[in-house]
Amino acid sequence: MPHFAIIAVSILFDGLAYAMFLFITSVGLSVTMGLMGFVNLAHGAFAMAGGYVVVTLTRNLGVGFVPSLAIAAVVVGAVSIVFERGLYRRLYKSTDLEQVLLTIGLAFMAIATATYFYGPIPKSVPLPEWLQGDVNLGFRYFPSYRAFLIVLGAVLITVLWYGFERTNIGAKIRAAVDNRRMAESVGINVDRLFTLTFAVGSGLAALGGGLAIQLLGLSPSFAVLYLVLFLIVVAVGGLGSLKGTLLAALVLGVFDTAGKYLLADAGGFFVYAVTVAVLLIKPAGFYGRE
Amino acid sequence: MAASDTTMAAADRASTRERAADYLLRRHRFRAAEALPWLFAIAVFFVFPDRMTFGSQVLVMVMFALSLDLILGYAGIVTLGHAAFFGVGAYTVGLLAARLQWTEPISGLFAAAIVAAIVGFITGWFLLRYRGLTLLMLTLATAIMLQETGNLRSDISGGYDGLPGLTFKPLLGIFDYDLYGHTYYLYALAVLAVVFYFVRRIVYSPFGQALTGIRENVRRMHAIGSPVHWRLVTVYTIAAAIAGVAGALFTQTNAYVTLTVFDFDNSAKVMVMLILGGTGRLYGAFVGATVYMVLEDYFSKLSPTFWQFGIGLVLVLAVLFARRGVLGLFESMGQYIAERKKS
Repeated sequence: MPHFAIIAVSILFDGLAYAMFLFITSVGLSVTMGLMGFVNLAHGAFAMAGGYVVVTLTRNLGVGFVPSLAIAAVVVGAVSIVFERGLYRRLYKSTDLEQVLLTIGLAFMAIATATYFYGPIPKSVPLPEWLQGDVNLGFRYFPSYRAFLIVLGAVLITVLWYGFERTNIGAKIRAAVDNRRMAESVGINVDRLFTLTFAVGSGLAALGGGLAIQLLGLSPSFAVLYLVLFLIVVAVGGLGSLKGTLLAALVLGVFDTAGKYLLADAGGFFVYAVTVAVLLIKPAGFYGRE
Repeated sequence: MAASDTTMAAADRASTRERAADYLLRRHRFRAAEALPWLFAIAVFFVFPDRMTFGSQVLVMVMFALSLDLILGYAGIVTLGHAAFFGVGAYTVGLLAARLQWTEPISGLFAAAIVAAIVGFITGWFLLRYRGLTLLMLTLATAIMLQETGNLRSDISGGYDGLPGLTFKPLLGIFDYDLYGHTYYLYALAVLAVVFYFVRRIVYSPFGQALTGIRENVRRMHAIGSPVHWRLVTVYTIAAAIAGVAGALFTQTNAYVTLTVFDFDNSAKVMVMLILGGTGRLYGAFVGATVYMVLEDYFSKLSPTFWQFGIGLVLVLAVLFARRGVLGLFESMGQYIAERKKS
């Protein structure tokens, strides 16, 4: 295979794996923001919490990596309900600024707590045999962990798409995103719906955090470091849109990977340039409502 | 009968107008209490002569928070990328000194103000049509893109190692840099006083009133024909210039600058300071920045983790219970006591 084709395939493959991570972690944020217009800067903290739950389970309690991911998602999702009921709920009608401050405060506290218990040094997790090494896809070898990420992402996208587009609850969520007051007046309990989506979204973020340990490394600063990226995915995709979040994750994931392959010095520049370009043309994102 | 009615109405109108004029005058006349922060700053100079380098940092952050107060507190623009202008100012002075050997400090401040204002004008013109999350993301992306640009051209900017060991010419050709930072403390204080006077004039001008109007009700301002976008771009440019001056002072007092000035942390920090002090009240920046810096200095020496947790907790509590900052809290307490006395 010619040289440039090899690079192109590598970029696509790595970009796709990265995009799946971005999608899994950001989709909850997008839906909750679309539902309540709540700017949740603590979303990265939920992802980080998920990562540390996985670290504790695998390293200290000897649970396998994949079951740990599932447990982390459930635990963090359940804990997030407490935060939603106790704190977030009070601020749904407040200004952007107050929401930003509250959630940034929570993120700081989460970072400090994680530093206290786990230290500032990045953690790693023991992976099962079948996730180490490379997998042969016929024409090239690819890292099996990234292949796993892509498959998992595809499965989750299918499940979410089905839940969103084909079930009663999904229809209710879409109705509430479109017009909250109308949805309430036809008898949809938007508050409860929101708690549910918030929990699922935080659980998915925790899953993303667990997956990120191997992909990006996990240290307490994860909560803020990658938060910007999640927010960008949400803003570029359009609030409350599953399709939009997926498209944004793909575009940004591939652009970021391409940027890092082709122009290592430019680092994150590409992602932000793409973000600014998209938002200047479509302020509400790909599939957001103007 | 009818004639006397009109004269009475005219007299009434005149007295209303007089009272309005009187009210406005009283509002922006200097009050005695406004001397307090400046007296405090001068007192600090004599009481803590060995902590002047830290004192200069506080003054720099006060100025930075003041510039944010103009756009956040008065115009109601929520930005997560104000560090962009601080960084532009800091690097203007740094690059002038390191690459062009232009080390005269005061002209450096003007250069920083101009460059930051240009960046503020261009980005503001593009970005201020947007609101909410989109605006947050765009301002954040601006700061990070500037940082990445600096990193990309590390041959010029020095990359993440920054520009260490800068030296500047003596102030006004007379006062040299001293080890304890006495000169630079007074210098920073003087610059802050000038900037503050300027900001105060803006805030109490008709332009400042229009900004408050935009913050309170953008639609009504549109409806009465106020050029909302231009007003916002103007104040954004002014705030950028002031943040640029703050950044320039930062570089001059520290004698170094690194790309971390563009960090999200820096934007978040200045916002936290302003919120702690209280937005839209000029002196909030003074109280917030001083309290924050002193607490940070003390607690982060004890334990940085503890400090970070503490500041997070303070933010959460402030949003839940003290939405108008420390000064707002004092105000509420004053009102409470006054009411108790009355009854």
